[in-house]
Amino acid sequence: MGETRPKRNPKAPRQELPVLDPKLRATTPREVALGFTTEQAGIEALRCLNCKDAPCVDACPLHIDIKSFIYRMVSGDYHGAFEKISEQSPFPGVCGRVCQHELFCEDACLLGRKLDPVAIGSLERFAADYHRQFASDGHWKLPKPTGPRVALVGSGPASLIAAFDLVRKNYRVTIFEALHELGGVLAYGIPPFRLPREILNAEIERLKEMGVEFETNFIVGRTATVQELFDEGFEAIFIGTGAGLPWMLNIPGENLIGVYTANEFLTRINLMRAYEEGADTPVRVGKRTVVIGGGNSAMDAARWAKRLGSETTILFRRGRKELRARLEEIEHAEEEGIHFSFLAAPVRLFGDENGCVREMECIRMELGEPDSSGRPAPVPVPGSEYRIPVDTVVAAIGQAPNPTLQRATPQLITNRGKIVVTETGQTNLPMVFAGGDVVRGGSTVILAMRDGRAAAEAIHQALSSKQEPADTTLEVRQ
Amino acid sequence: MNKIVTRRSLTPEITLFEVEAPRIARRWKPGQFLIVRPTPESERIPLTIVDGSAERGTITMVVQAIGKTTKVLAMLGEEESISDLVGPLGEPATIHHAGRVLTVGGGVGVAELLPVARAFRQAGNHVTAICGARSVKHIILDEELHSAADEVLWSTDDGSNGFRGNVVDLMRTWYDEENGPKLAHVIGPIPMMRAAAGLTQEWGVPTFASLNPVMIDGTGMCGGCRVTVGGRVRFACVEGPEFDAHQVDFDELAHRNRAYGEFERRALDGHECRIGLNGCAV
Repeated sequence: MGETRPKRNPKAPRQELPVLDPKLRATTPREVALGFTTEQAGIEALRCLNCKDAPCVDACPLHIDIKSFIYRMVSGDYHGAFEKISEQSPFPGVCGRVCQHELFCEDACLLGRKLDPVAIGSLERFAADYHRQFASDGHWKLPKPTGPRVALVGSGPASLIAAFDLVRKNYRVTIFEALHELGGVLAYGIPPFRLPREILNAEIERLKEMGVEFETNFIVGRTATVQELFDEGFEAIFIGTGAGLPWMLNIPGENLIGVYTANEFLTRINLMRAYEEGADTPVRVGKRTVVIGGGNSAMDAARWAKRLGSETTILFRRGRKELRARLEEIEHAEEEGIHFSFLAAPVRLFGDENGCVREMECIRMELGEPDSSGRPAPVPVPGSEYRIPVDTVVAAIGQAPNPTLQRATPQLITNRGKIVVTETGQTNLPMVFAGGDVVRGGSTVILAMRDGRAAAEAIHQALSSKQEPADTTLEVRQ
Repeated sequence: MNKIVTRRSLTPEITLFEVEAPRIARRWKPGQFLIVRPTPESERIPLTIVDGSAERGTITMVVQAIGKTTKVLAMLGEEESISDLVGPLGEPATIHHAGRVLTVGGGVGVAELLPVARAFRQAGNHVTAICGARSVKHIILDEELHSAADEVLWSTDDGSNGFRGNVVDLMRTWYDEENGPKLAHVIGPIPMMRAAAGLTQEWGVPTFASLNPVMIDGTGMCGGCRVTVGGRVRFACVEGPEFDAHQVDFDELAHRNRAYGEFERRALDGHECRIGLNGCAV
């Protein structure tokens, strides 16, 4: 008889993810969450009920075989767990950190009906980190792909997963990126204290090893048109250009110096590393920062402002319950001493003689009937205006799809800037597919990945059915 | 990486680069720009495309070394490479047949004026280029301008070449109501553009200004380049850089372009210390 497997223990408390001390992390770009210890990973894996028809697997937008990877972790086979995840996703390091597990796999976890659900996200992350630490490089190499060429536009989550699926099916895949670095929103939007760059880069590197080609500084619609890509031999194109058009506050004073969109603020810091001493790209963070909004970008911007030494407030027109950010980010922001001012909205901004923002007029709100988003609509309370001093304002109130490619491709059907697609991501143009935020508006990393996967499958169907006649002839000859 | 094919000093501060960029060379139009990052540590800065040759697979840009990034760029030599270069960005300049067209440039804006002037002439216009420089030593691309425009007039602050005074004074002197321009295009320092636009408004001549706000991505993503035109907020990188000069809020643009002045001075001091340009102790 071999060793007996450790006994399942669902009643053990859900393991808490260790984090950096809040006082320390308000001063550093280091990652906040430290990840499970090996012991914790063992205890947490043993909480899994190993359900017969595991609902977590269905709930995962990428259908990662969660049940099986956790089962392998139980016996300490962390590499095996990683391999299991890799059947569906090469991004466990990224997803283990930024996916909203509480809305998907952990929400479906049967254990969660009576007790706390299994900490699937933290286990995914553990498998990824363990593997990265102990595995050798270069073992992702695939034979050089020889199939039809597919262009993926934008190097964010939607294109990255599509590339993974397509290169494994022998397609020659090129990802075109407008910026000088890869990763899209993962690189310019998400701070390194949530997603360290070496983890993002290692998982992108894996795609390169698999044979995916990347071209940075290439804007489809500018550097080359969609038609030119077809003319150059690409047989299908996926548009994953994201939500890159920030909404403005539309209040007086929004062009004062010190007023940023979340995109600009985060790009300066995350992508251009304005937080590093001596960085060439500056960012203006004054004594007092007010971030407007309640989503993940608002939390990210506020937490950066705090780290850069600013007294920081998040101003949100609804209540705490209506915040849209990941629960963990809200809690982390609170721990870090970020002040939340709920049920308030900015009315106007006042500047000094140099055009720098100095004061914000706000108005109190109360919650009314649900609006089109299903959340209670904020209604201004007449006469409740008040003023607060401010040096830096960040508007994190959402964004529309980036319009660059659409403008250069007027025959592409859009609805308020969003590219219109079928369920499989097909646009109105033949062999042109789209997914992620350019279709959804502002959404999440994991839903972008689901779209990228669906589009990759649709591209495969379209290209393989196109090739079918040739294949049949071959068969007849044999 | 884009290789520098030709580097030419036009003045001690202004340098012309011809750079390999075959795709941009095929697609660029006058008025469009690039985002350039000279080294992997540099900022992303916008630079106007001055020329491009699809045959040679190159584009030309002209840079005035005033901040750290432009100084680092200006120090690159032939056969060296620019880390990142992306384009062509922005909407092309409005070029059509209007009859007589006045183009006005100041400082390094003179270089940026060149492709616009040439395009107006190719569209069948009689093109006047009124250009300003500090002194005769700061005059750039005179020969190229003469081949691009029908008439080239210089003003210098000290009168060492052509008219003594600024370009706006020269515009006034040059103006002939009977035979005035039907369209004007201005590019250069903000005070110059503001004054030139003020004058053409008096004349009742429709005028475009090519704006130069702070930018990061250049694709409409960050909104750093927003300008107010006719009371509306516009993104210069995707809706511009050219706008109706009579509608632009130049005061706001001037303020916004000074947002990082202090940072730039600090970066520059640090840079010059490191490379020993200003002789300060490291």
